[in-house]
Amino acid sequence: MTTATQDPAPPAEDAPAGRRRRRGGGLGSYLLVRALLIIPTVFILVTTVFFLMRTTGDPITAALGGRLPADQLAERIREAGYDRPLLVQYLDYLGGLLRGDFGTTLSDRRPVTDVLVTYGAATLELTVYSMAVALLVGIPLGMVAARLRDRFPDAALRFFAIFCYATPVFFAGLLLKLVFSVWLGWLPVAGRVSTRGELQLTRGDTHTGIYLIDAISTGDGELVGEVLRYAVLPSLALGLLTAGVFLRLVRTNMIGTLGSGYVEAARSRGVAESRLVRKHAYRPALVPIITVIGLQIALVLSGAVLTETTFEWRGLGFQLGQYLQARDFVAVQGIVALLAVIVALTNFVVDVVAALIDPRVRYS
Amino acid sequence: MSRRRTWRSLPVVHQLRQSVGLQRGMLVTGLVLTGLLVLTALLAPLLAPYGFSQLRGPDGTFGAQQAPSADHLLGTTVGGYDVLSRVLYGTRTALFVIVVAIVLSIVAGVLLGLVSGYLGGWLDRVLVVVADAVYAFPSLLLAIVAAIVISGGQSSLVGGVLAAAVSITVVFVPQYFRVVRAETVRIKNEAFVESARVVGTSTWRIMTRHVLRNATRSLPLIVTLNASEAILTLAGLGFLGFGIQPTAAAEWGYDLNRSIADVTSGIWWTSIFPGAAIVLTVLGLTLVGESLNDLADPRLRSRRRAADAPPPADVAVTPGGGLAAGTDGSTP
Repeated sequence: MTTATQDPAPPAEDAPAGRRRRRGGGLGSYLLVRALLIIPTVFILVTTVFFLMRTTGDPITAALGGRLPADQLAERIREAGYDRPLLVQYLDYLGGLLRGDFGTTLSDRRPVTDVLVTYGAATLELTVYSMAVALLVGIPLGMVAARLRDRFPDAALRFFAIFCYATPVFFAGLLLKLVFSVWLGWLPVAGRVSTRGELQLTRGDTHTGIYLIDAISTGDGELVGEVLRYAVLPSLALGLLTAGVFLRLVRTNMIGTLGSGYVEAARSRGVAESRLVRKHAYRPALVPIITVIGLQIALVLSGAVLTETTFEWRGLGFQLGQYLQARDFVAVQGIVALLAVIVALTNFVVDVVAALIDPRVRYS
Repeated sequence: MSRRRTWRSLPVVHQLRQSVGLQRGMLVTGLVLTGLLVLTALLAPLLAPYGFSQLRGPDGTFGAQQAPSADHLLGTTVGGYDVLSRVLYGTRTALFVIVVAIVLSIVAGVLLGLVSGYLGGWLDRVLVVVADAVYAFPSLLLAIVAAIVISGGQSSLVGGVLAAAVSITVVFVPQYFRVVRAETVRIKNEAFVESARVVGTSTWRIMTRHVLRNATRSLPLIVTLNASEAILTLAGLGFLGFGIQPTAAAEWGYDLNRSIADVTSGIWWTSIFPGAAIVLTVLGLTLVGESLNDLADPRLRSRRRAADAPPPADVAVTPGGGLAAGTDGSTP
């Protein structure tokens, strides 16, 4: 992790033109390959999920089997086209996906895309809050741990990090709820906002679904406070899950950079240890964080499903839980396919950012 | 790879001897917690006061949501089960799922990784892309899909436990695949493999005799970390209602799911104890995995501080953070 020393400056004006072109080509083709890789990734996931889900039979029997007489069931299956050959259904499904049609849910007969639009914002909001918590907790603590390596604070922090990882997000959620909502009564138990607040929010003409933005646009300070109060516990539960990962990552990288040549050189010039951490070592130690934020998206999405269920936070994850209970596998498949797209896109964005920051990435 | 393997070079024992100070403390704590898990699982019928699905004792039914008392040291659940018994029996489910999931995923992952890395070609390319796609996907969702497929979302008796294990396997196979493949690609160009080939050794024999042994050195690290992830995934599945029916086996995630409403009304004993059981189990396994990982990485090993040793780390594994094999998995 010695990027700072070897960081190749942008090609100087007098650099040979050929060399410059090659350099740009390196980044361009790297990005192109990365962008093209999204397609097989999404395709494989969608295909796998489709065929796996169909091996159990058609979704209608799964959802309604035993509750409808056999002839009505057959009628419904024929109506929905599940009696056609599997390959035809598959191509039909793929065609639908290309047009942005993820199917229609069985339980409440809504287009899956509609579900996604309605509940996606809530999940996005929760994810952003929790990521903020994770970074605010993880990065400073990781630096402290690296600075005081092998001393008591380091040991305590590392234990804290492992503890964060070892606590299932829903258990953390239940504990937070028990202490801060039930016993202390400081924060609301569940939900995103009170019923009264929700009415106020949906009345506004600019309705994004991201409650904080909606609340701010109403200009009602009390409402903003309420929205934030509801968000504290879910964000903490989900944020602490990833905070541990960031803490460990920053610690490991800081130890690496603090031992590297240029830091050693600065140290021997008499630069104070605290200044070394703040000015010299932290920047290259943070570069991998960006990549890891991207890798965490999968973990955070898994965590969001559980957190939302714990706190009745009506987002995609909560909805997924509801559809799972209702055995509505069309909806499940749609949500899973969409999440596959989100994960692939996030990974692409992270790759791009990493390549822009660290030139070594695109040549490896 | 010498054949004179003494007990000192066994994976965990070796690291235990190598460790000092804080790291030894972490490793020992982890080993103790893991040992307790195994012991509890083995002795559950002796330790537990009641059966995990028992609803009535000699004095009639237990009653639901009873606070901890002499009869029920940790109280009873909303379904009227004894919390202590379910927590204790839960270790059996956990251990069973860990063992099955890891054995299955090692067999599948190592086999695929070896074949893919050694033979190369289009099979290799396809497998790498598939593994990368699956690896990038949220593991819990993958496990949910697998659970739907395997059990149709319904949990029968042993089937439920097995389904959970297989669902978790699906998540882990790509990890073993990537590590073993990367190592295989590196090893197959080494001189000793070359010479074996020149002598006319069959491909299968080279793979099993020469490559396999060298490609699997880093697996113990991944195994311990995966074991803890398996518990978290199992609990997550149970929490979402995809776990095992309470009459089939005791599973902590399911019990936590049933305790959500209890928490709101201030009933703490139904959630805290199964949750604490999960935390302790994962903590123990993670501490072991974490310590092994640190000890394998000279940069992190707290020992004599070698000033300028370049890090020849083969694998760096972070729980929950993914793992990076020495060679990039996507470039053949």
